Amino acid sequence: MNKSIPITPPAYVTQAEEQFYKAYDPQVTRRLFGFLAPYKWQMFLALVLMLGATVSTVAGPYFVKMAIDDGLSAGNPAALQTAVLLYLGAAILRWFFIYTRVNLMARVGQSVIYDLRKTLFGHLQKLSLSFYSRYSVGRVITRVVNDVETLREFITWAILAIARDLFSLVGIVAAMLALNVRLSLVAFATLPLMALATYIFRKNLRIAYRRVRAAVSWVNSVLAENINGIRVVQAFSRQQRNYESFRDYTNRYHLQTVLHAAKVAASFVPVVDILGALATASVVWLGGAAVLGETITAGILVAFLLYIERFFEPIRDLFRRFDTLQSTMASGERLLNLLDSPVEVQDAPEAVELPPIRGEVRFEDVSFHYADDPALVLQDIHLTVRPGETVALVGETGAGKTTLIKLVARFHDPISGRVLVDGYDLRTVTQASLRRQMGIVLQDPFLFNGTVRENIRFGRLEASDEEIEAAARAVGAHDFIVGLKNGYETSVEEGGVVLSVGQRQLLSFARALLADPRILILDEATSSVDTQTEQIIQQALRRLFQGRTSFVIAHRLSTIVNADRIVVIHDGRIVEQGTHAELLAQGGLYAELYRTGFQE
Amino acid sequence: MTPLLKLRSFIQAYLPQIVLSILNLAAMTALSLYVPRIIRGVIDEGLIQTDTAYLLRAALLLLGLGLASAAMSALQRYLAEWIGGHIGYDLRNRLYDHIQHLSFSYHDHAQTGQLISRCIEDVRAVQNFIGGSLVHLAQMSFLLVGALALMLLANWKLTLIATLPLIPLTFITFDFGKRITELFFRVDTLLGDLSARLQENVLGVQVVRAFAREPHEIRRFDETNRAYYRARLKVIGEWSKVMPTTDLLVTLGTILILFFGGRMVLAGTMTIGEIVAFNAYLVMLAAPAQELTWLVNAAGEAGAGARRVLEVLETPPEIASPPGAVVLPTLRGEVEFRDVSLKYQDEKRDSLTDIRLHVAPNQIVALIGPTGSGKTSLVNLIPRFYDVSEGAVLVDGHDVRTVDLTSLRRQIGIVLQTSLLFSETIAANIAYGRPDATMDEIIAAAQAAQAHDFILSFEKGYETVVGERGVTLSGGQRQRIAIARALLMDPRILILDDSTSSVDTQTEALIQQALERLMEGRTTFVIAHRLATVRRADLIVVMERGRIVQTGTHEQLLAQGGLYRQIHDLQLVQNLIAPEEPEPVGEYAPQPIRSSEGFG
Repeated sequence: MNKSIPITPPAYVTQAEEQFYKAYDPQVTRRLFGFLAPYKWQMFLALVLMLGATVSTVAGPYFVKMAIDDGLSAGNPAALQTAVLLYLGAAILRWFFIYTRVNLMARVGQSVIYDLRKTLFGHLQKLSLSFYSRYSVGRVITRVVNDVETLREFITWAILAIARDLFSLVGIVAAMLALNVRLSLVAFATLPLMALATYIFRKNLRIAYRRVRAAVSWVNSVLAENINGIRVVQAFSRQQRNYESFRDYTNRYHLQTVLHAAKVAASFVPVVDILGALATASVVWLGGAAVLGETITAGILVAFLLYIERFFEPIRDLFRRFDTLQSTMASGERLLNLLDSPVEVQDAPEAVELPPIRGEVRFEDVSFHYADDPALVLQDIHLTVRPGETVALVGETGAGKTTLIKLVARFHDPISGRVLVDGYDLRTVTQASLRRQMGIVLQDPFLFNGTVRENIRFGRLEASDEEIEAAARAVGAHDFIVGLKNGYETSVEEGGVVLSVGQRQLLSFARALLADPRILILDEATSSVDTQTEQIIQQALRRLFQGRTSFVIAHRLSTIVNADRIVVIHDGRIVEQGTHAELLAQGGLYAELYRTGFQE
Repeated sequence: MTPLLKLRSFIQAYLPQIVLSILNLAAMTALSLYVPRIIRGVIDEGLIQTDTAYLLRAALLLLGLGLASAAMSALQRYLAEWIGGHIGYDLRNRLYDHIQHLSFSYHDHAQTGQLISRCIEDVRAVQNFIGGSLVHLAQMSFLLVGALALMLLANWKLTLIATLPLIPLTFITFDFGKRITELFFRVDTLLGDLSARLQENVLGVQVVRAFAREPHEIRRFDETNRAYYRARLKVIGEWSKVMPTTDLLVTLGTILILFFGGRMVLAGTMTIGEIVAFNAYLVMLAAPAQELTWLVNAAGEAGAGARRVLEVLETPPEIASPPGAVVLPTLRGEVEFRDVSLKYQDEKRDSLTDIRLHVAPNQIVALIGPTGSGKTSLVNLIPRFYDVSEGAVLVDGHDVRTVDLTSLRRQIGIVLQTSLLFSETIAANIAYGRPDATMDEIIAAAQAAQAHDFILSFEKGYETVVGERGVTLSGGQRQRIAIARALLMDPRILILDDSTSSVDTQTEALIQQALERLMEGRTTFVIAHRLATVRRADLIVVMERGRIVQTGTHEQLLAQGGLYRQIHDLQLVQNLIAPEEPEPVGEYAPQPIRSSEGFG
């Protein structure tokens, strides 16, 4: 792999290329500092402590002078002792100032980080499912973990340092002006050049650091996807090829962006050194001439040269912080982007708590398409489901069955028309009050890292152990659970990989049953279990369906046939509905499906 | 530090650059010491002897030195990033490669978020240390030794007194180094936990939304977030004690000199000038002593990161081709299980017991049995995803533990229960196992898997990107692509793990037909729950609780009675009786049919 070939990361990982060149939104800084606002008093106190520490540092040499002049020169042991004790006192005070300040600022920095992560995570809990189909796990992790980490260093160390630098700069400038105005102006003449350099470099640094952040995001995405899919990777012996692709593209791109940023930053660093040397040289030359011309004394020139050295010290530090600030901003910007992702499905401000429902569901003229694709997935859906009715949704893959039930749970809002539960438009009630009364079993029985018991309890957090076991029994999961290593306390690893798919599904049934919902939604969930387990579940479900409104997407004929009503969906429209016998008699699509598919 | 030493091979590759960086830093230090001498020259020679030419020369020299030091500091900055970047790049490659080769049993228990965190944040800690701090550490050690030597030469008695506080300082620093590594290890682990929590929350987003468990998830995230906050504060707390203490102890040295030296002056055994000069050396010692605390801190962070990196790197891949492994020629497709038992790591019970099975080339074997009975475990042994605990699995007479893994897996096509696709084009996904396949071959595989038509319905056809920022496919569509992916391998052994579970019945019928054609001339293992599939197999293997309880053809097994007969009858009830005589809802008792035996 030739190192010089530019690598272009895939567009879905990074932002668009032109995004790199945009200026920062001035809002970014303001909003990031907004997270610091609650801690302004702590930060002020830290600043005071820092000044205190500085005073005690400066006082040190004075006590040394005191010891020498009053004690040694005067031959006075008592004065020596006093000076030494004072010095010791100042040193201990300094210890205390630094200790308190560092702790205080660490607490501030860490609290801001904590707040940021909390805000981000809270926002992630509100974002709708369509967001997650665009935004991968890897990228979410990059934002909440890595980008926030980048901010930590800055808040904990840099902010106070910048304040300190600015203070000392003001002090030194004042001292220089007091000493000699003309020489000061010579030294300050380099400042406009510095401002110009900063202006030029800011843009380059910004672009460079944005690329670095994009590269980190890419690395994260590739890692997340391939580690999650490791079983497929190994089954298809892709290790070598994936490794090469990671080494030569993703990781190499990351290295390139880091080195490029280093190059930009490295060419920025010496600007201060060069201008500092220029200022010193000019002062030596012009000031020296002035001394010779006897307009100033040699002492002033010497003092002035010392001040120049001190003048550039905070500036050098500020330059370094400026570099960090640019990389912090690149991360901050990405964080804020995530925070700004619109919450598509949101509780209306005047949303009400849905009272306990009977379970009537009505679709009024509903059409829907996903945000990223204008093709309608559902069209003109009219459907009224009575409380307690069991509706089987039938149709080909991609006909829109899953989308329809997602609208019932309000995972998405319809483009036009409305979905009502007990006469309440779903957009007028809170999502939590709606979903609390709903049980949903999805295609992929997802389990969380935790025990079997915790996973079932997810359906209703306050459920007792007895209720959990009763739910497990009711879906026929109890038997296999007690056969596990630690029974209900067996830990289910990430994604539930230690259980078979059938077992995972049984647990997700128990979870839904425990929630004791008014409306039950089942999405193709009965398809991966064996015949016997299926039979058990069918029985449990029939009992479960009783007295609840149920929507079922299933392939099993028995489930479909036992439904109160069968709704046949084709190309996003309801084409037929009725009971099994009615639909067979009609001789339409259902009859066709029945002939070709259902019969074994 | 020990873990860092174990990573030394990664450092050694860049030894020349590291040495260059150290030399460069030393030169910078020397230059900065030279500048005051020039300025002294300006005063002594230029001003006092009123030599204008000397002033000009001095000014130019200062400018020249400024430029040189600017260039060197730029180089220093770039080298730090270059060294760190390259080490990070190497380390991340190595980690990724290793993770890819770790066996299924490792990944069953590993959290993806933790692994990602190790590849990003822990590698970063190591690379920052080696690129930046290590070089400084070398410099500081030189300065310390130099300053001490100068002091000893000047006055050894006073040196002993002045360096008395350095004894506790050494202990404190060492102790700090040890404790801080532990604390950083905890910080890193918690950061990994944050990633894992996020990963899980994002992957399980549908379930979280479905059960309105956002507050619960926020609480769980908050626990980790808070723990991380506390762990970080502990690190800083430790640091905030040690850093000013170092400062205090060095100041204490000055105070001791002042006190004891002062008494010597008063006693007339020493001059004031000597004390002042001596104290200057101690000040020289102060800077590196303080810097050392920073560096120990950085080393602690890097050590913790290195330990986490090593935890992965030092886990041997349990399953790897042995040295001198046999590269399999094209297989005939004979598979034999010879008295196989399988016990998963951390499990008490065997998942498979005494499996004896001989499958002739080109036979179709159907595996059937309750959920969790070991069907998936059994087929997972053929491509050697796990190693048997007892007995052996043989393919064409070769024990799979003796053959080259790639040559084995290349000849096995697998369709897993959950069809995971990667964020690439559909064509690339189908060609996943054979990236060199031609477009015609890809299309042929897609046609065989009944995927061609729906693929063409996308605007970009085979070039459609799936997954993130791409088209969202339904479960059935994903499954058909997964089947095409397996078929393109043109495998000698085909493993279908319930691969038609989430497609609708019509599609299933089509896939079934295609699969039947494809099974011809290959050894096929199919895990299926539907009798229609099972009935056509050459050999039916009935499993229960990890054992084979029956084998034979459909007719033989029906005649035998037993579990197969029960499953068969159950499905008949389900498929034939139920549709015609739908039972009233309430009459189904929720008891499992075979509750006494369980389904473990």
